[in-house]
Amino acid sequence: MESKLKNYLIGAFGILLGVLWLSPFYLMIVNAFKSKKEIFMGVLGLPEAWSFDNFVEAFIDLDFVNSLWNSVMITVVSVVVIIVFSSMAGYALSRNKSKLSGGILLLFVAAMLIPFQSVMIPLTSLFGKADMLNQAGLIFMYLGFGSSLSIFLYHGAMTGISQSLDEAATIDGANRFQTFTRIIFPLLKPISVTVAILNVIWIWNDYLLPSLILSENNATIPLKMFYFFGQYTKQWHLALAGLTIAIIPVIVAYFFAQKQIIEGVSEGAVK
Amino acid sequence: MGNRSLSFWLFLTPVLVGLGLVVIVPLIYGTYYSFTDWNGLTASQFVGFEHYINLFQDKAFLNSIWFTIKFSFVTIILLNVIGLGFALLVTQKLKTSNLLRTVFFMPNMIGGLILGFIWQFIFINVFSDVGEALGIEGLQGWLSTTGTGFWGLVILTCWQMAGYIMIIYIAYLQNIPGELVEAAKIDGANSFQRFKNITFPLVAPAFTVSMFLTLSNSFKIYDQNLSLTNGGPYESTQMVAMEIVKTAFSANEMAYGQAKAVVFFIMVAAIALTQVYYNKKREVDL
Repeated sequence: MESKLKNYLIGAFGILLGVLWLSPFYLMIVNAFKSKKEIFMGVLGLPEAWSFDNFVEAFIDLDFVNSLWNSVMITVVSVVVIIVFSSMAGYALSRNKSKLSGGILLLFVAAMLIPFQSVMIPLTSLFGKADMLNQAGLIFMYLGFGSSLSIFLYHGAMTGISQSLDEAATIDGANRFQTFTRIIFPLLKPISVTVAILNVIWIWNDYLLPSLILSENNATIPLKMFYFFGQYTKQWHLALAGLTIAIIPVIVAYFFAQKQIIEGVSEGAVK
Repeated sequence: MGNRSLSFWLFLTPVLVGLGLVVIVPLIYGTYYSFTDWNGLTASQFVGFEHYINLFQDKAFLNSIWFTIKFSFVTIILLNVIGLGFALLVTQKLKTSNLLRTVFFMPNMIGGLILGFIWQFIFINVFSDVGEALGIEGLQGWLSTTGTGFWGLVILTCWQMAGYIMIIYIAYLQNIPGELVEAAKIDGANSFQRFKNITFPLVAPAFTVSMFLTLSNSFKIYDQNLSLTNGGPYESTQMVAMEIVKTAFSANEMAYGQAKAVVFFIMVAAIALTQVYYNKKREVDL
């Protein structure tokens, strides 16, 4: 009896905490529906009318279709590039047991210690000289920054894939490349999902790197949000509507794939 | 695949070129130029350690380091407490466990820039409204002072990252064998004793992971800082990353900014290495 009561109390406490945790989203959404004057009157209550005017205006000012497309393009291409090249590298490094191979792996792991801010100044200067401060340059940079963790994860996953598979494929006449694409890569699918999730969350939300590289025409959602917010500092009704719009794609994706996302993040963090 | 095999190198070339051109070359190139009067395009002369001597007398830079250290210290403690608390809560086999896990992790999906803007609204408008309704003076004028800016950043970071730390703890909590807890119950251990003597030592490795992550993350924070306080008032809530960005890209002092960036790199790497070493050692001792 006592433990049942305790369970109820813990359950109620959990719900309370959950509501508290979600309250910033509630405040953002209800105020996004209000007029400037209504926000001034009070921020806690519901709006008088559920008008979408703020959203329409913010949607247009954010040039949302265009920024969404830029974000999707940069994220998808970068993540595909990272997956393809990191899985190849993880495979090669795990199948070569020499000291050199171990050293290369260590180099990638050590590179994770280098914070972005310590290379960003020469990086933008060098890529500027090569005329690569554009989307292609940005995707290449994401490969450079993202490959370390991804290779590390692929290398770890390779230890579970027996070398006898490689040997069998070689006997059947497959070359290295065919062995990798037809046999190894499909077996790496679970870790590929993890690598994809971790990199999508990072690249989709990244602000500083694209802000140094992309022009306003090619702005991704966070970048556009920054410009947009600067225009509407005292106009919270529009700013909040814009923020809500910017978050919607992420929340939708999260609800569809939350199980995989949480598992992927768990795997990426614990290793 | 031998060292001389062509396929070994073909498989590695793309990532080696990527890492080389994006990380290694800029690091070397930047370190070299931090000893010159480089302006981002050309350098005409060596200045030796001049930038490095200057930055140790640079109030803005030193303040940003101190602010970042204080911030990291507070955040590490709070995040680990909240993260572990959440993890213990959602592993209680409640009906709402999965839902709560989803909710607690949600802020982590959204970028720091956007979260910072949302919280700017909450700290400025919502806090003052609530403060007025409840008659709490301390809720007025948030983000307009150094103290409220500091705690604003702490709250924002905790809200964003607690779910992430929770997930790390969950992974370790789930590895605790149930028999161990049952056996302790039979032996008459109460829930506090069970936590102290079983759960706590067994999740200790999670501290390694989450402290390492929290520390390196809080040193690299930029987006949240930019969108929440933009370093204000009077640059008093400016963290190291933002100080470097401003030196380089607002004041256009590229070589000087890079010297700060090199010092920043050494600090982050040293902290990370010490922490990994220390935690590994402690785990062995346990």
